[in-house]
Amino acid sequence: MAGVAITAVQKWFGSTHVIRGVDIAIADGEFCVLVGPSGCGKSTLLRMIAGLEEIGEGTIAIGGRVVNQIAPKERDIAMVFQNYALYPHMTVRDNLSFALRLAKRTTEDVEARVARAADILGLKDLLERYPRQLSGGQRQRVAMGRAIVRDPQVFLFDEPLSNLDAKLRVQMRTEIRELHQRLKTTSIYVTHDQIEAMTMADRIVVMRDGLVEQQGAPLELYDAPANTFVAGFIGSPAMNMVPGTVRGGREVEFAGGVRLPVPADARAEEGQSVLYGIRPEHCAPSDAGLPADVVVVEPTGADTQLYCRFGGQDFTAVVRDRTHVTPGERVMLRPDLKRSHLFDASTGRRLAA
Amino acid sequence: MSATNPPPAGEAAAAARIAESAAPAARSGDDVQGMRYLESRTRRLVTLYLPLGAFLFVLLFPFYWMAITTFKPNAELISREGNPFLVLDPTLAHLRKLLFDTAYPEWLWNTMLVAVTSTFLSIACSVLAAYAIERLRFRGSRYVGMSIFLAYLVPPSILFIPLAAVIQKLGLFDTRLALICTYPTFLIPFCTWLLMGYFRSIPFELEECALVDGASRWQILSRIILPLAVPGLISAGIFAFTLSWNEFIYALTFISSSEVKTVPVGVITELVEGDVYHWGSLMAGALMGSLPVAILYSFFVEYYVSGLTGAVKE
Repeated sequence: MAGVAITAVQKWFGSTHVIRGVDIAIADGEFCVLVGPSGCGKSTLLRMIAGLEEIGEGTIAIGGRVVNQIAPKERDIAMVFQNYALYPHMTVRDNLSFALRLAKRTTEDVEARVARAADILGLKDLLERYPRQLSGGQRQRVAMGRAIVRDPQVFLFDEPLSNLDAKLRVQMRTEIRELHQRLKTTSIYVTHDQIEAMTMADRIVVMRDGLVEQQGAPLELYDAPANTFVAGFIGSPAMNMVPGTVRGGREVEFAGGVRLPVPADARAEEGQSVLYGIRPEHCAPSDAGLPADVVVVEPTGADTQLYCRFGGQDFTAVVRDRTHVTPGERVMLRPDLKRSHLFDASTGRRLAA
Repeated sequence: MSATNPPPAGEAAAAARIAESAAPAARSGDDVQGMRYLESRTRRLVTLYLPLGAFLFVLLFPFYWMAITTFKPNAELISREGNPFLVLDPTLAHLRKLLFDTAYPEWLWNTMLVAVTSTFLSIACSVLAAYAIERLRFRGSRYVGMSIFLAYLVPPSILFIPLAAVIQKLGLFDTRLALICTYPTFLIPFCTWLLMGYFRSIPFELEECALVDGASRWQILSRIILPLAVPGLISAGIFAFTLSWNEFIYALTFISSSEVKTVPVGVITELVEGDVYHWGSLMAGALMGSLPVAILYSFFVEYYVSGLTGAVKE
């Protein structure tokens, strides 16, 4: 096992600058999730770590060894692809053992490793089947088994769950996480799904337009987003951003003259244009606060989501208790000041005290 | 036709007929598939069986004609009496003449040898060419692909003139090797294009996965791509085999001795003497010459179709 150090990496496709200087240090045994909207460069970065794309500038080191000029097979990595990339003409057993046979391991060694991987993933009864005879979840497991048998220094996952249905995705998420706790192999996982990122990662790297927006533990990103992009990307439903102006140092005035106190940990200057960030789950109907007109009420059972309009923009609130609010009604939503944020309206940066 | 709109009268009657005919069909077996229940028997006859029958008749009639001519005695062949589509007094005389008075068995052997060798040679070259053009992504690979295709567009009826000079210079004139060397000039472009299309349908991820798994280019080609491209290889092989089996103009120009002739050339040059056509033996030669190809097709027809329609399914 080994850590991965990505230092000042850049990449161009023709004249398009897809990775614009990325630094990430992933510790040995860490489960790191690269997350971001499509086209942010996360898959390209993963492919550069795998050696499937040339590194434009900067270095990538695996276990202290710079791998820029090293072929994929020499990097001691295993990769799980989005569409699994199982060899259709080989049985599960042959799929699992392909890399080992290429490496000219002894027959006993190959058999032992395949048996162990099959045992871990519950594939024992499927070894003689072909990929086309497997369900989506089983294929996914074979793809992971193929990575496990090699006992590599780093696992790379390229959106491995996006071809599965919602229920199976949740189940496989837990399985991958459990597997990581068991094997403790450094893993780099690419996804565009922030829930996957939040639930699986030791460390999340949020990327946009070829740059790292913020990296840190999932709850760090949730509690203290560095800017409006991270704030809107992490958490579901997304954080509400209400534009306003700081008045009197301690209050923010919104359209229509409504005022709220400045959040507990924020500091802003008089007259500064700001975005007041409130997570839907951190505001509650009350007798005072933001007056919002309810448009749609969506009960999910556990909680109720209120889609409202306030000052000409959408505002979402999640209410834990059963509520009898009906569309068209006006509710007063009071944010939790300890968990709200202020962002600079022009730069998008969080204004922290 | 949506269920909510009332259908016009004519359609209603048709729908009733459909319902009538569909009911027993649905009962009669499990082989009724998809939307077939919507079609009446008359409709199927007109849209399916009649065109199919006409097509089959056009395609198979030459074979029938070859077969009956083979077994007709000469008297019947030239007679203006009677029904020309029947054989009244079958004879084996034409077959005997073909097999024992000409070098037909040798021609058959030559054709087989030339076709098989040039097919294998061409497939081997085409696999390498197609894989390189499709997957190695070298600078100008598209133009190489285009120029290989352009080579295919030069008609053999013109190309045989310069090729004859080359064959002469190489001292291969009047040998089977002359044909084995020249057939690939039209087989390789053809097979390369067919295989390029097939290789394109194999997902990139499979190769990348193999690359990460530690396979070299050669191992990727031999252990991943080729096994997956078997249907494509078979259809390319059948095409190449048929083209070289039927090839006429090169065989006619480059070969003069009877013992190295191929079937198409041998039959034409030795069973037509001046203006005398030995129809019976000619047709016997044609019939027997087409049998090996027919047998080959019947073995591989499933692969052949899937090879042409492409797509590797995971």
